[in-house]
Amino acid sequence: MGALLVSIGLPLAITVVIVAGGARSVRVTRVFALAGPLAALAAGASLIASAHGGAAAPSWNGAWLAQGGAAAPVGFAGDALAALMLVIVGAVAACVVAFSWGYMAHEDGQPRYYAVLMLFVSAMSVLVLADNLVTLFIGWELVGACSYLLIGFWYRKPAATRAAIKAFMTTRVGDVAMLVGMAVLWRHAGTLSVREIVAALPRMEPGVITAAALLLFGGAAGKSAQFPLHIWLPDAMEGPTPVSALIHAATMVASGVFLVARTWPVFEASALARTVMLAIGVVTALYAAVVALAQTDIKKMLAYSTISQLGFMFAALGAGAWGAAMFHLTTHAAFKALLFLAAGSVIHGAGTQDMREMGGLAKAMPVTAACWTAGALALSGWWPLSGFFSKDAIVAAVGHVSSVASAALILTSALTALYVWRATALAFLGSRRSDQHAHESGIAMAAPLAVLAVLAVGLGWFGRPFFELLSAEEAHPAAATIALAVVAVAAGTAAAFAWWARGREAPESGVCGSAWDRVRAGFGVDAALQAVTVRPVLALARWLDDVADERIIDRLAEGSGKLAVAAGGALAKLQSGEADVYASFVAVGFVVLAAIVLWAGGR
Amino acid sequence: MTLLALVALPFVGAILVALLGERLAPSRFISLAAALAEAALAGVAIADMSGRIVPSLSWAPGGILGMVPLSLALDGLSAPLVALTALLAVVATLASWGIADRPRAHHALLLALEGAVMCVFLAADLVLFYVAWEAVLIPMYFLIGLWGHENRKHAATKFFLFTFVGSAFMLIGVLAAISGTGATVLSDVPRVLTPSTQRLVFWLMAAGMLVKLPAFPVHTWLPEAHVEAPTAGSIMLAGVLLKMGGYGLMRVAAPLCPAAFAEAAPILFALGAIGTVYGALAALAQTDLKRLVAYSSVAHMGFVLVALATGTAMGFAAAMLVMVSHGLVAGLAFFLVGSLADRTHTRHIAELRGLGGSVPRWSTLFVFTSLASLGLPALSGFPGELMSVLEAFKAFEWWSVAAVAGVLLAATYNLRAVRAVVYGEPVERWASLADVSVREMLAAAPLVLGIVVLGVWPGVVTAMTEPAVATIVQLVQGGVR
Repeated sequence: MGALLVSIGLPLAITVVIVAGGARSVRVTRVFALAGPLAALAAGASLIASAHGGAAAPSWNGAWLAQGGAAAPVGFAGDALAALMLVIVGAVAACVVAFSWGYMAHEDGQPRYYAVLMLFVSAMSVLVLADNLVTLFIGWELVGACSYLLIGFWYRKPAATRAAIKAFMTTRVGDVAMLVGMAVLWRHAGTLSVREIVAALPRMEPGVITAAALLLFGGAAGKSAQFPLHIWLPDAMEGPTPVSALIHAATMVASGVFLVARTWPVFEASALARTVMLAIGVVTALYAAVVALAQTDIKKMLAYSTISQLGFMFAALGAGAWGAAMFHLTTHAAFKALLFLAAGSVIHGAGTQDMREMGGLAKAMPVTAACWTAGALALSGWWPLSGFFSKDAIVAAVGHVSSVASAALILTSALTALYVWRATALAFLGSRRSDQHAHESGIAMAAPLAVLAVLAVGLGWFGRPFFELLSAEEAHPAAATIALAVVAVAAGTAAAFAWWARGREAPESGVCGSAWDRVRAGFGVDAALQAVTVRPVLALARWLDDVADERIIDRLAEGSGKLAVAAGGALAKLQSGEADVYASFVAVGFVVLAAIVLWAGGR
Repeated sequence: MTLLALVALPFVGAILVALLGERLAPSRFISLAAALAEAALAGVAIADMSGRIVPSLSWAPGGILGMVPLSLALDGLSAPLVALTALLAVVATLASWGIADRPRAHHALLLALEGAVMCVFLAADLVLFYVAWEAVLIPMYFLIGLWGHENRKHAATKFFLFTFVGSAFMLIGVLAAISGTGATVLSDVPRVLTPSTQRLVFWLMAAGMLVKLPAFPVHTWLPEAHVEAPTAGSIMLAGVLLKMGGYGLMRVAAPLCPAAFAEAAPILFALGAIGTVYGALAALAQTDLKRLVAYSSVAHMGFVLVALATGTAMGFAAAMLVMVSHGLVAGLAFFLVGSLADRTHTRHIAELRGLGGSVPRWSTLFVFTSLASLGLPALSGFPGELMSVLEAFKAFEWWSVAAVAGVLLAATYNLRAVRAVVYGEPVERWASLADVSVREMLAAAPLVLGIVVLGVWPGVVTAMTEPAVATIVQLVQGGVR
């Protein structure tokens, strides 16, 4: 109970204080803001300790709204899954806040930045601690709103505000599917409490369960940027880089995976939903890895990489290995946040996001380079870093279900190594390709990098206690799978350096051309989706406003009114606009009313 | 007697303003005092009501007055709307603080409007309900016609004609109901109307109420009335007058004709669902900021119909939540747009750019309002719309997806407006624009607070509505008592 209060309440209180102007000095605000994530972290740690000790998960339920026997309560429960998510959110958010001290130091609007960041931590705590789908959805929508506000942090920049709307709308397409899924469960299970839904599953028809599962997955796919709803995430990189690390890499975008894990029995009961999830996950992983290859913007490259890694997690879910998905979620949170913050440090130090203008940064920024390398090793899945363990658990689990899917994931692993090592080489090796002077970032930015680097290196070794904590089944990869994966990663890495060495002075020269541009633009998926959704809706709206509303409906209404007036004859003067006519009109009305009153009263 | 005072006080205030305004004190002060006293009185009455075992108050005069159909009642169904009316009247008074043109008449009419609306929500008698319903028209008509913008005459006439024609149908319905039941008291009318009479009475009454709501396709008076109305008029129009339609359906039409209401549910649902999508699409195409907010009202009120059509207790509660929420959100939106237009002298979205840099407080409030309007959780729009959708799926299965599309579209027009007006590079033209003043902050504060409270704790309304809704729903679901 205390943990629930602290992790949701304290960050929220900080938001309120900042908004109310209680922390006018930026210097105070930003130190103050560290307390929010630390509270979530501490709450998560204490919940893990109590779950480890075998204690029952603390829970709290309260009335939210009820009528006529039906009720939608708010409810929280701090079980192991929630505790794990809280720890991830708290740890990454703490690193991000500290990193922001340096990164955002020269920006206007820092109180707004920290206020929304704290609101995000609070909303994320609501999401992960939720005991029922209504409460979860409240947190779910609120983190989306915070994401919107932070992507559009630089609100004077058209690209940023466009990206903000796109993020909100695309994820809302998923949210709407999720809403319908909730409605299906509300009707057929009669409740939105996760526990009660699970209890009601045996009574429900398989078709209904599949519909509910697919619709919930729709919500997850929107939030977690799965193909084809992934289009918002690369654009979301318009936001400040620490925000990208926290919201668009480690926590919010992973909450789709969390949603499926939280409602796992629903998915367990539907083979079709799992198959769809597996297919979408594999397609997303492979597609995004290919697109990441062609990126020149370091943040966009990482964004596509995130989409691809989330695809791995959904593939694991589709294969029934929700524990493996959560394990990868955890390690990914560490190494992807690390990569984003390192990229932020690079952008801060080198003054560009374009990898073609970087080069040789290892000399100028040794700490950043070392941390980035740790993140790259983990992402590409080199033994003994964290990504190796969690990714192999997924490949193994998927292999039990479909060999084609696991082959595709191994291929994706090779591509992952290829894009991340090529980016590493472009940015940090060789010599400078632009004449800007790069400098290493200060201690406030370096320290969070170091913390995350330690996690990215070491987390993989905690697989056994991790699965025990969640009481999930641990997948044991076969030796052949491990060998294949290692070969794939090694081949990808080698190819990356070979590719880099060929075009050292003028990267991209070998593969320029319209085909490569098309890959960079994600094979035109984004543009095609815009063409079939946004434009028709806008056109329909305009038609409806110009033609339907004014020329058809209004004219019919006004016309019939005029007809009645004309027929009445005596009221024809109404259009003349004379005030005394209106007055007499009203007077007549009152006489009529008085007559009715008397008539009715006399009865 | 509290109830009688609740109805009479605004009228007394209106007379005082008309007689003494500008002589004793500026009429706005008298007017504000009356509105605040009314709000306090409403608070007392609702607190008194909630404390009772059967949560309702009633006042029915005896003696010679007993001859006249004049009785009032306050219960869980009327209490939220009474509170909303009292609150918005205060905000509207503050919003018309700067009226220089005939301030006495303006403030007196505003108070008279409040009194008439109070009477609608408190009427316990069918005839009184109808008289009050009509009486609301008159002050509103003059507010639009005399203090409106360029096209006010046309808009005011249109507003009058639409609602008057609707009310004419309603009048026939009321008369048919009275002759059918032989009584005019609302609460204890024996439900003895035959099915065919019910059908007739229901649709006659619904005609008036759907115009007021307004439901597609009889909504076209609304955008024009809003665009032309002065700010205070828009606040009252969107905030309270539209609620009369939903309230009438719940309080009068459904209990009088339960079988007909149940039968009409699919049609009501269809109109509501179309309204949510249609209103949102139309809002998306607007170039005038005030018109955009007006069309968003059409969309939101569509949810009221969707929720009512489910015929369940939760559905009725959801309808009430949507109505109260829309009162707060639309009230705030019209207040903000009005106070902005007073300064910029334009409401054209294309001209209003980059306000985030020049008027940050206004912009923050506007972003907040837009997020509330798109149904963000923890703000007031969410609980009602969520329960509307959930209950609609129970009743209408996959058809309810149409209403869900409205949820999606609500985000488009709101975020589009925010981006166009607040975001972007600040422009020279608005560099010296004055930000929201202390008076305006005070007017907005209770609305902001209400939006948050209702979003976080919707139980505050649903606990109130529970017993009253249960009675009505029992009728609707059981057909005839």
